[in-house]
Order: sequence, then structure tokens, then C-alpha cells
Amino acid sequence: MADLIVLIENWIEKILLGWGANQELTLFILQTLGSVLVVIICFVIVIALIWVERKLAGRIQDRFGPNRAGPYGIFQSFADIIKIFTKEYITPEGASKGLFNIAPVLAMASVLAIWAVFPFAMNVIGADIHVGVLYIVAVGAFGILAILMAGWSSNNRYALLGASRSVAMLISYEIPMVVSLLVPVLLAHSMKLSVIVEAQYPWFIFSAPLATLIFVISSMAEIGKAPFDLLEAESELVAGYHTEYSGMKFGMFYVAEFLHQFTVGALITIFFLGGWTGPLAVRWPILGVVYFYGKSFFVYLVISWIRLSLPRIRIDEMLNLNWKFLIPVSFINLVAVAIADRVLIELDLDRWIYVVVMFGINILILVTALMIAGKNQKAVVREEFPPRPVAVPPGTKAK
Amino acid sequence: MSVPINWYLVVAAALFSIGLYGVLSRRNAIGILMGIELMLNAVNINLITFWRYLDPVRITGQIFAIFVFTVAAAEVAVGLALVISIYRNRDTVVVEDIDLLKE
Amino acid sequence: MVPVIIFVLSSLITLGAAVAVVTNRNILHSAFYLILAFVGVASIYVMLEAPFIAVVQVLVYIGAIAILIVFAIMLTRRLMSKDLVQVNAQWGWALFGAVGSFVVLGWIAYSVQWPVSVQTVPADSITLIGEELLSTYVIPFEIASVLLLAALVGAIIIGRERE
Repeated sequence: MADLIVLIENWIEKILLGWGANQELTLFILQTLGSVLVVIICFVIVIALIWVERKLAGRIQDRFGPNRAGPYGIFQSFADIIKIFTKEYITPEGASKGLFNIAPVLAMASVLAIWAVFPFAMNVIGADIHVGVLYIVAVGAFGILAILMAGWSSNNRYALLGASRSVAMLISYEIPMVVSLLVPVLLAHSMKLSVIVEAQYPWFIFSAPLATLIFVISSMAEIGKAPFDLLEAESELVAGYHTEYSGMKFGMFYVAEFLHQFTVGALITIFFLGGWTGPLAVRWPILGVVYFYGKSFFVYLVISWIRLSLPRIRIDEMLNLNWKFLIPVSFINLVAVAIADRVLIELDLDRWIYVVVMFGINILILVTALMIAGKNQKAVVREEFPPRPVAVPPGTKAK
Repeated sequence: MSVPINWYLVVAAALFSIGLYGVLSRRNAIGILMGIELMLNAVNINLITFWRYLDPVRITGQIFAIFVFTVAAAEVAVGLALVISIYRNRDTVVVEDIDLLKE
Repeated sequence: MVPVIIFVLSSLITLGAAVAVVTNRNILHSAFYLILAFVGVASIYVMLEAPFIAVVQVLVYIGAIAILIVFAIMLTRRLMSKDLVQVNAQWGWALFGAVGSFVVLGWIAYSVQWPVSVQTVPADSITLIGEELLSTYVIPFEIASVLLLAALVGAIIIGRERE
């Protein structure tokens, strides 16, 4: 049985050629249809994810999630969308209209543009460019710019403060993210995402667990999820950089945030969990697509789980964590993995012994780093107070 | 290669001239820095055009461009630190008012 | 035909944004037009079949330098004075010099017979760049890293608050 994706592609191609289009135009239309399909799937996933997030948040926090709009509240997302569509756009006075209106579009565009280089299955990829990893990081930088635009053009002191704080955090956490992203590039010997996915036998989470950990932590800081969620610290800054946005413009920021979280899940899947690989994925590419989305959804759930369980950390503690712990550890990890990879390839060991040795080296670096970091902590002195007398009526002896 | 090489060089020359005008005529120190960045971008376009059209097999042109990126980044960092420091001392970023050495 | 259209479009965006950078009264709007100019230049690099340079342009210029410039502008604003004149007294001579340099450079670009080669671009340029940087050009590479370290330390020391 031939594969579903190839079948559909050939069928559309035959129809278009039958209508008299030449080969180039057919290819162009097929590619456009493919990208539109990916974008539509992204938006449908976001609609589902909004419901999942709120229901999951409710259940983890020991309450019901939304349960009014339909059975188990599954129509809650649609209710939210209708509400956002019907709200009025309020532009603050003194705001630069061009920048104010472009910022949400740019935030959404920068997240959607990352989906262009994802490998969904064997040979099913949007643009298999040679510098795929760098492209992802570069397009992420556009999102940071959108936040700065939004914060400044709102003509609101607190939005500007929130935007500056969040941009400072985002550009700081870009460094360990990029450096830990270089570890799969190193192990796969290429920057093309399709080569990275196909070189993962076994998955890179076993060969480079420290890089996985650093990437997960810095990605969670990049998307602004707890414990790094001071981008929208409601109790501190009203709503941060998107204070002045209402209606669909705020809706775009909202959707961009959910989509960014799912995209980070997809990135972790591609780089560390094997992408679309799995049993029988090479024979039937449609299974590869299913595995890819399934694994991304699983990572999304883990990130949501972490987010819903941890409180927020302070900005100075967060910057300390980044500059004093994550950056040195990620650099040392990169150097150690590079040396170990070269040495082990020269020794020409069996694949599984290689994985075990790399795992051991990573754990060694992590434990050493944690020990060094732990030594510098100021010892918390706990005084033992003598038992204080509780209030007793006068005349009786205090215990 | 259906775009002739002259067009790219003319675009780079135009960008360079616009940056030159910016450097020579702006009063704000950061505005001058932005003009310098435009000039460096024009130089990079020139380098990559020459790499692509004259000798695409050797990768030297792209490496030259990478070094220009590096130097531009370093220069912007130090330049902006200087501007911020001057602003703290003199409370102005207009370069005409920063003339302590003039009698 | 299609490459020519895309080239003309990117060049118009780049040059238009550059003109807006040097003539706008509001310095923060100039900064955002500068970002648009950088995007235009990145698209020109993509047309010149240098994808690594295009991505590094977006990453370094838009992702770092533009954000630095916007932050510096925000830190050095005194008032939201939109009517502060932004050109100094010698803008006439500056215009003459700029137009003159453009004429000279354009005339050189058109009158020289460039030895255009018909070789094709290597497919995997990024591997070649890596090899060249670490073999033929390793000394400039190391000096560039020392330069960046010096700039990093210098910028922090100069920009620090004096207590």
C-alpha cells in the first residue's frame, strides 16, 4: 500500500497538469498548499491546546477546569475566540500606530516561520536548508523584537518596563539555548534538521542528557512559562508588554504564546527525542507525522506540568542562574562532548557503549557543577529557639 | 544569474552613500552610529556580490563578510556604551554639545 | 524574470528604509526603519545564494545590534521631544558628498568589465566555512575572538554606573 502523503500529492499534481498548468506552477501550488496545511494544523492544535491547558491546570490545582461550555468544557476555546473577535480595538493616545499594529503580527509570524524547517517525516519537510538550526535561532530573535515594539509603542511606562525586563531575560537566555543546541549539531555532524533527526539512533536525550536539560530550561525561559513567567507577572506589571492590547491583537499575542510553547515542544522532539523516528515510520511516512506530533504534545504536557507546579522566581535570581550557572555549564558541556565524541569515534566502540560513556560524562559534569554551585551558597543558619511560653491565665505556672 | 552584477554593486553604492549622508549630517550620536551600520552593511553586500559573481568556489568572500560582522558588532557595543556614559555625564547625546576639547 | 522582480523589491525596501533612517526626526522610528533595512539586506544575501550570511545577518544585526540600539535610545532620551531638529548645519555639504560618492561608485560599477565566472556555488557552504576558518584563517579567527572579548569587557566597564 503506497503512502497517504505521496498519494495525495500525486493526485493533486495530476489534476493540475490536467488543467494545463506547467511543471513550475504545479510545484509552486503544491508547496503553497503544503505550507497552508501546516499553518492550519498549527492553529487547530492551538485551539485544542487552549482547552487542554485550562483543563489540565484545573485538575493539577485540584479544581475543575472549564466545565460549562459543552461536556467537559470542550467548547471553551470557541467561546474564547468569539469573545476575542467581538472586542473593540483600543489604541492608546500617543502610541505609534504602525508599530502598535505590527507588533502582534510580528510575534505570530516569528513563531509560524519556525515551522518551515521542521521535518515531519522522511522527505516531508518544508525547506531543508543547510543552516536550519541557525535559522530557528534567528527567527526567534524576531519575536524578541516584537515584544520590544509592543512595549514601546504602547506609550505606557509600565508596558515599557515590562518589555525591557522581558527582553533582558530573553536575550540572556538565548545564549545557553544556542550553545546547548550545538550539541546535537555536533553529534549529527550537520545543521540540517532532517540529518539531525535521521542520525538519532539512539535518541540524543540518552547521549546528551545535560544538553537536553539546559535546552529545556532555557526554552522555558524563552517562552516565558513559569518559573520564568515574569513576562506576564499579573501581580506586578498589570500584563507586561501587552497591557494596552485588546481584541484580536491581544488574541494574536495569546495564540503566539501557546503556539510558541508547542513549537518548543516540537524543537525538543526534533533535537533530542528523535523527531519522527519510531517503529515503521520509514515505511509509512504518515506514521512519522503521527509520532512527531505525539512526541511534541507529550513534551508540551511536561512543560505545562512544570509550569503549573512551580512558583515564579525573582529576576535577579533568574539572571544569576543564567549567567553564573547555565552559561559556564553549557560551554563546558559543549567542549567535553566535542572531545568525547572525537575520542570515542577514534576508538570505534559499539554504539551502546558510546551512549553509556557519553551519558556518564554528562552526569559527571552536572554533578560537579551542582557541587561547585552548592559550595558557594551561603549557609542558612537556623537558630534553635527555646520553647516560648504560650498565653496562660495569670496565676498558673507557664509550661 | 539573471541579475547582472552591476545592479548589486549599484545598490551597495547607494546604501553606502545614504549611510555616509547619515554619518555626516545627524546630530544625535546614535543616529551617526546607525549611519555607520548602514555603511558596513553596504560593504558586506559588495563582498558577497564579488564572492558570488567572481569566484564562488573559494569561500574566502563569505569569511571576509563574517569578520566584518564581528567587527561591526564589537564596535556597536563599545560605541553605545560610550554614548550611554557620555549621556550620564553631560546629559546630552547631541554631538555638537560634546565639545570640551574646543576652546 | 522572477529573480529580477524579487531583487528590485528587496532593493527598494532596503534603500527606502535606509533613507527613512537618515531623515526621520524621531530617533526610535529611525531604529525600527534600520531593522527593516537589515531585513532587506538579508533578503539580498539570500538572492546571492549565501544562506549562512543571511541567517547570521538576521541573528547578529537584528537579534543583537538592533536591540542594543533600541535599548540605548531608550536609556538616553530626555523628553519625548519630537520636534528636535535632527540635522546639523552642514547637511548641504553632506548631501553633496553622498551624491558624489554614489555617482563615483556607480560609474566604477558600470565601467569596469567584471570577470564574471560561470562556476556554481558549492552546495554545503557552511562546512567549507568551518574548515576554512579553522585552517587557513585561524589567526584572524582567534584575533576576532580576542577583539570580541575586549569589546565585551570594555563595554561593561565603560557603561557601568559609577558609584
